[in-house]
Amino acid sequence: MVNEKKIQIKQVTDVTVKFAGDSGDGMQLTGSQFTDTTASLGNDLSTLPDFPAEIRAPAGSLAGVSGFQLHFSSSDISTPGDSPDVLIAMNPAALKVNIKELKPNALIIVNTSAFDAKNLKLAKYDSNPLEDDSLQGYNVIPVELTKLTMEALKGTDLSIKEKERCKNFFALGLMYWLYNRPVANTITWLETKFKNKPKFLEANKNVLMAGYYYGEMTELFTTKYEVLPAKLPKGKYRNVSGNEAVAIGLITASLRSGLPLFLGSYPITPASEILQELSKYRNFGVRTFQAEDEISGVASAIGASFAGNLAATNTSGPGLSLKTEALGLAVIAELPLVVVNVQRGGPSTGLPTKTEQADLLQAFFGRHGEAPLCILAASSPADCYWSAIEASRIALKYMTPVILLTDGYLAFGSEPLRIKPFDELPEIPVRFKVNPDDFHPYSRDENLVRPWAIPGTPGLEHRIGGLEKKHIYGNISYEPDNHELMINLRQQKIEKIADDIPDLVVEGDQSGELLILGWGSTYGAIREAVTRVKENGYNVSQAHLKYLNPMPKNLGSVLKNFKKVLIPELNLGQLALLIRNKFLLDVLQFNKVQGQPFKVSEIENKLVEILGGKNGK
Amino acid sequence: MENNNVNTINVPEVKYTPKDFASDVDVKWCPGCGDYSILAQVQRTSPDFGVKKENMVWISGIGCSSRFPYYMNTYGFHTIHGRAAAIATGVKLANPELQVWVATGDGDMLSIGGNHFIHACRKNINLKIVMFNNKIYGLTKGQYSPTSEKGKVTKSSPYGTVDYPFNAIKLATGSGATFVARTMDRDPKHLQEMLSRAAKHNGLAFIEIYQNCPIFNDGAYLPLTEKETKPDNVVVLEHGKPLVFGANKNKGIKLDGLNPVIIDLEDGKNSINDCFVHDELDDNPTRVFLLARFTDIPGFPTPIGVFRQFHKTPYDIDLMNQIDFLTEKKGKGSYEKLMFTENTWEVA
Repeated sequence: MVNEKKIQIKQVTDVTVKFAGDSGDGMQLTGSQFTDTTASLGNDLSTLPDFPAEIRAPAGSLAGVSGFQLHFSSSDISTPGDSPDVLIAMNPAALKVNIKELKPNALIIVNTSAFDAKNLKLAKYDSNPLEDDSLQGYNVIPVELTKLTMEALKGTDLSIKEKERCKNFFALGLMYWLYNRPVANTITWLETKFKNKPKFLEANKNVLMAGYYYGEMTELFTTKYEVLPAKLPKGKYRNVSGNEAVAIGLITASLRSGLPLFLGSYPITPASEILQELSKYRNFGVRTFQAEDEISGVASAIGASFAGNLAATNTSGPGLSLKTEALGLAVIAELPLVVVNVQRGGPSTGLPTKTEQADLLQAFFGRHGEAPLCILAASSPADCYWSAIEASRIALKYMTPVILLTDGYLAFGSEPLRIKPFDELPEIPVRFKVNPDDFHPYSRDENLVRPWAIPGTPGLEHRIGGLEKKHIYGNISYEPDNHELMINLRQQKIEKIADDIPDLVVEGDQSGELLILGWGSTYGAIREAVTRVKENGYNVSQAHLKYLNPMPKNLGSVLKNFKKVLIPELNLGQLALLIRNKFLLDVLQFNKVQGQPFKVSEIENKLVEILGGKNGK
Repeated sequence: MENNNVNTINVPEVKYTPKDFASDVDVKWCPGCGDYSILAQVQRTSPDFGVKKENMVWISGIGCSSRFPYYMNTYGFHTIHGRAAAIATGVKLANPELQVWVATGDGDMLSIGGNHFIHACRKNINLKIVMFNNKIYGLTKGQYSPTSEKGKVTKSSPYGTVDYPFNAIKLATGSGATFVARTMDRDPKHLQEMLSRAAKHNGLAFIEIYQNCPIFNDGAYLPLTEKETKPDNVVVLEHGKPLVFGANKNKGIKLDGLNPVIIDLEDGKNSINDCFVHDELDDNPTRVFLLARFTDIPGFPTPIGVFRQFHKTPYDIDLMNQIDFLTEKKGKGSYEKLMFTENTWEVA
């Protein structure tokens, strides 16, 4: 029978796959293995893990479904895909949660072993969807995944539970077969992971191969798919998540500036991976300090900055609120500091594992007094790397705190990062003050930046603090005119950074009917939406803000060149408020606050709605 | 195996005088404030702290005590309320060669800064924390503090507080501090001795200084500081010495099980050999808690001196050792090592 099976190989340009199962089913691992293998084949890709805040919600429940979405392609892509082409559903709950997102005619590989009465009830199914007509319109492939896994492990001395836990590798093997990917990467990974546990190594390897061969043998599949390598720019690449990219970006800045990196941090979702990742790099001289609370996280970083390290702290919304007072201190003391805020759904505890862009105004105004600082936002997982370097560069050059805004979507999502040669990286020169002649702690250079004289330097002993200082000399001063002068100087220093950042780039026509202006993680969705509407004959231009404070100098003139400006944001209109205020411009808003990123289609529909009938086909 | 500690590598080449540590800023505490004495004793002893002036850093929070760094001609940072220990931690970890002092008060360190205090103690970060305890909020003009005695009438407790106070010695000891001492603004020699010993301790050192606030809590420690009453109200802790006090050294303290008892050394029934002998090196904190309780028991003298001092590798040294060890083992980090991991691929 096997020999009679004719398998057709079909080439496709891009595919969106979603692995979904219980929180304990290893879906994140399965997804990231598939991602690594796919990356090594040279596809462009973008991923979106989606998991509950609960570590282990009750098995089989709707609340406990964990998913990993991967979009891979032979062309250049920038989002993890709106709707999966393929769903791997490990249980009824995973099917129920994800089915509404699928494309029509999507392929659904279901683990039928898990479709028993108990699991159907937990997933709140009145009848078995595999047996009623509810899955008409999809291409359902029933696979007894659990049973086949157990069979593959017959005779091994694993417990039933241990055997069952291998089933994600059966699914992975099957997907490798279906998309014509090699198993070698994952086998190498298993060999490292289970170096000292040979029985788990063997078991997982066997199950992976069993899944792979199942695809080959079963009558269920007649087609396998191929996605050719993408034509990415030449160079070396690695796949990075946003959090990982921030971590290695900070280390790169440490290497580039020659300063040791200090991270004061308190664990918080979705920012903890930055602390975890940086803690691995002791041999890079990285000092990670897991503090007793968020305040100590930022306070210790301010201390490290005073003492001459490249200092950073990372957090998410609630933590940024706690760090607020200390940020005011960093502003008035004029010390370099990188604050990475991985935005999540708020207010309060909100949606800890979900994404949002609602901390922009907090970054701008969330401190008492006039307390300006620099604000950047990363636009993609790989851009988190470049943004962390840029935030460090600005902090060190201008002796200022810099808030780098990322979000949950960027933090957990991943994409290829092109690695530049070291000497092509931005320069981050640091000059500590060492000469005691004519030293005043609050004198200023042409950029209004004060000198950095660190403890340990003979002859430069001085005191700084949170009280207002006398211009140039730094002693405590309560003089009314001096206070106003210092307020203005600190403001002007931040504004002057605009001379040192690139102009805003408009993609598409430089003037016209509609400009879509975004910031942060919405870049990919906006870009794909713009591409699609342009293919349909509409004319729209895109610009994306990385520098939020100060904003690029040409922003005003860019905005004036368009009749309409649309600002899509994952909040109620925070950038829109700033732009309206700054340029007295009646911008259009497009807002979504669901803890989920924009879908390309949502933005596309909005664009068509605005442009409808004007210059479309 | 341990990294060199600050005290051995920074032996000053120049001989400093107290004047070298005085800044040119006018001191602005209230006339008669106990802080003047503390400042004078710190400046007097600083030349013997074993560090170069440029390697000494004073960090403070908010409060009267926290103006301290401005008056020291060293590096200093007057920060925000309660956070001095956390900021000082960053300074120390960024550059372990620095000798990092924290000037703080009872409100700054034990109330708003309580969390940072207990964790700095727990982690044994090599900081020297000098806490000025005047049992009152001075800079905000007279509210009760976490060390104010229960029932105290202040501006924010016109009918007396219903709070129980913290005992700083117990808190520091319970949090794992490796050097815990108490002294008084009006005992300059003792204060100097405590400062010098804290400076030489390799690990977190905590000194509680009983300090008089002449404006809002004047005389809080009068029975302990006045010549006539001091001998009966203060017992000086000295390592290896029995606990003896009183004008003619006529009283002692012995242990009856776990209860301290005051004994008369002149009544013929007890001798100095019955007295509790202080052992500051004991890393079992039980006896420190016994001593710390004296202030809670009516009629007992208040102990001053070093309650405990024992060695545990400080956090900063462990951290730097880990960095050194892993740098040796894995090789010094480089851009190549950082970026070109096994998951790198090339697009030609």
